[in-house]
Amino acid sequence: MKLDLERVSLEYPNGFRAINHVSCGIGRGERVAIIGPSGAGKTTLLRLLATALRPTAGTLTVLGADPWRASRGELRRLRGRIGMVHQAPPIPPRQRVVTAVLAGRLGQWPVWRSLASLVYPLDMPGAERMLARMEIADKLFKRCDQLSGGQLQRVGVARVLYQQPDLILTDEPVSAVDPALSDRIIGELNREAIERGVTLVASLHAVDLALHWFPRVIGVKGGEIAFDLPPVRISDAMLRELYASEMAQVPTQDYQPFETMVPGVRRKPVYF
Amino acid sequence: MRLVHWLIMSVLVAVAWASFGYLSLDLGRLFDKEALAQMAKYAISFFPPDLSADYLVRIWRGTLETIAISAIGTVMAAVLGVVLALPAAGRFGAVPRVAARLVLNFLRSIPELVWAALMVMAAGLGPFAGTLGLAWHTAGVIGRLFAETLENASPEPAQALRLSGSRPSIAFLYGTMPNVVPQLIAYSLYRWEINIRMAAILGVVGAGGLGQMLYFSLSLFQQPQAMTVILAMLALVVIVDGASAWLRQRLAG
Amino acid sequence: MAHADSALQPRDPAALPRLALTVLVLALLWPGFSLTEFDPAVLIDVRSRETMGKFVSTFFPLETSPGFLQLVARSTLETLAIATAGTVLAMLLAAPFALVITRSLSISRIGPGPGYWLGRILRLPARFAMMFFRSIPEIVWALLFVRAVGLGPAAGVLAIGVTYGGMLGKVYSEILESNDARPAAALLETGSGRTAAFFYGLWPVALPELVSYTVYRWECAVRASVIMGFVGAGGLGLQMELSMRMLNGGEISTILLVFLLLVMLADAVSAILRKVTA
Repeated sequence: MKLDLERVSLEYPNGFRAINHVSCGIGRGERVAIIGPSGAGKTTLLRLLATALRPTAGTLTVLGADPWRASRGELRRLRGRIGMVHQAPPIPPRQRVVTAVLAGRLGQWPVWRSLASLVYPLDMPGAERMLARMEIADKLFKRCDQLSGGQLQRVGVARVLYQQPDLILTDEPVSAVDPALSDRIIGELNREAIERGVTLVASLHAVDLALHWFPRVIGVKGGEIAFDLPPVRISDAMLRELYASEMAQVPTQDYQPFETMVPGVRRKPVYF
Repeated sequence: MRLVHWLIMSVLVAVAWASFGYLSLDLGRLFDKEALAQMAKYAISFFPPDLSADYLVRIWRGTLETIAISAIGTVMAAVLGVVLALPAAGRFGAVPRVAARLVLNFLRSIPELVWAALMVMAAGLGPFAGTLGLAWHTAGVIGRLFAETLENASPEPAQALRLSGSRPSIAFLYGTMPNVVPQLIAYSLYRWEINIRMAAILGVVGAGGLGQMLYFSLSLFQQPQAMTVILAMLALVVIVDGASAWLRQRLAG
Repeated sequence: MAHADSALQPRDPAALPRLALTVLVLALLWPGFSLTEFDPAVLIDVRSRETMGKFVSTFFPLETSPGFLQLVARSTLETLAIATAGTVLAMLLAAPFALVITRSLSISRIGPGPGYWLGRILRLPARFAMMFFRSIPEIVWALLFVRAVGLGPAAGVLAIGVTYGGMLGKVYSEILESNDARPAAALLETGSGRTAAFFYGLWPVALPELVSYTVYRWECAVRASVIMGFVGAGGLGLQMELSMRMLNGGEISTILLVFLLLVMLADAVSAILRKVTA
């Protein structure tokens, strides 16, 4: 298994157990969506996979290696193969788009190249290509604080695309983005995963996006896995139960009630 | 409440009186006819200032030297300040943080003039001592400010870069520096403006520039020349104030 | 998918301005190095590092002989006395000025009356004089007074008096002008004279601010007194300069330490005073 969690737990010092004895395996090239109410542990799970958090119990294998048994150099190289799209892109406001995108490969470049690119961007065509896929190629030399929220989010995605990681993780990448754009972003990430045969694990707020785009959906509730199924096997009742504690409604990207969506269509994942 | 105020007032007045007494300063004697006449004579000897072409050239050189002292000194201070700010912001652990902060405090507690005098002891008379003196003191000031800016900078960008495999130092350059560099540059320029005024007077302990010219001309009882130097100092301050106000307006616009 | 780009590479629009700015800054700094007689060898050369090391070691151990410590204690008291006396002198200089320019303004705000025109005429030259006093650095004043009245604390007191007089004068007048005139106006309406209205209506309102700034200036005066001592105006500074001439590092260290403690003390006293009189 490319990604393997074996009875993994994460307990915070105050005793709160964010992840409770979770076991799960994800193979190479799989595209998986993680859904669940807020506070369920979706972000924690993702951050465990990103090697940002260390499990307090159990074994974690990422890209075939145990990150917490690895040496500093091995961990760094492992992380260079993991790309994370954040909900709010962590980019300094005054940085230019081109530098922000090129920063995706800092984990792979030698020191001299990283330093040189700071003075003069060394791979502008490469950055431009990724921005073109996100339809903002014209923003190449703009400063990031001159972009709208949606444009900045696309820069964050472009950075991960430029990194060309073996594992793409996304933490609610489109919850602050309008429905049309969010569809394009999720679509582009899926396209990337399929074309390069890499693994994509996306934590999503909107259930309709998850069911539409991903062949495997994991529901997380209370730090545990509630279900791990392809969309056709997930019933409305299961979804309502998943979100029961949080709100009356199952969340969708455009805030339309979940039930109004055409039943058959929403369950058929998109294959390219 | 008012009684306490009156008490404090009386104590302060008593202290003030005691000060004059301790110094055996008889203000009356200080300002009596003879002393005043002497001071007046001394004051008049400053006019008219020496405005001969030769001397004005020397004044010009002195002014350039003063500006150079302030510029090079501030640049050196910025470099040293940045170097010390990194540990002072806790980037290398708790012990280096305490040590670096101690050094920075030491540097900035000692006034520029004292530093300049110490540097004259170490490196001899001349502008280099003034440059070093300014550099030491200003490094403490800039370093302290920069350390605080670094500590308050948001860590997310650099963290995200480290998570994608970047080395910590590179993540710092790409993720944290862009946020703090503008402030650093602005503050350094502000300190340079202050330092121009400082550089002008450091010379009185032998550290070059207009100050040194003033000291020499006063010691040689060349009052008209000294007056020219004082006028040059005033002119320099006015021009620098005006230029910086103009620049600030242009940049803000 | 996108194929390799054509030869049209995007050019970084920021590259040229950045390069130009860098070149400009370097070009401006370069002559500075020769003007300041910059000697990098001093900083890098191994031999000079040894000399540096030896130089630094002369500052230890601190000089703690009782005779010297007594001398330092006396100088410290002298510095404090210079600062205090200087500040008092500054107040004596600033107060009439502030009154001159504010009285006219306040009286005119409260209501027309005598003394208005006299105040108006004196205002501009008084302003100019204050500006002149505070624009010349205090150490230059100290140098001049040392030449005029001789070495010793008198020069320091006069220098602080003059410079800080200019500063206090300006700030006093600003404080007085910016304060609320309504209590004074109210007094006028109930029938009191203009002068009384000023001193009972305006003055008490402005007093805390005036005191606060004066105490702050006293704290600055302590530091300034030490620095002025360097050019002969008495106190710790003069003592330090003498030790420097003798190249006595231990004495210098002791005086430096005492100076740092003195500054901390003055800072604390000033903070307490300002809190109590607020």
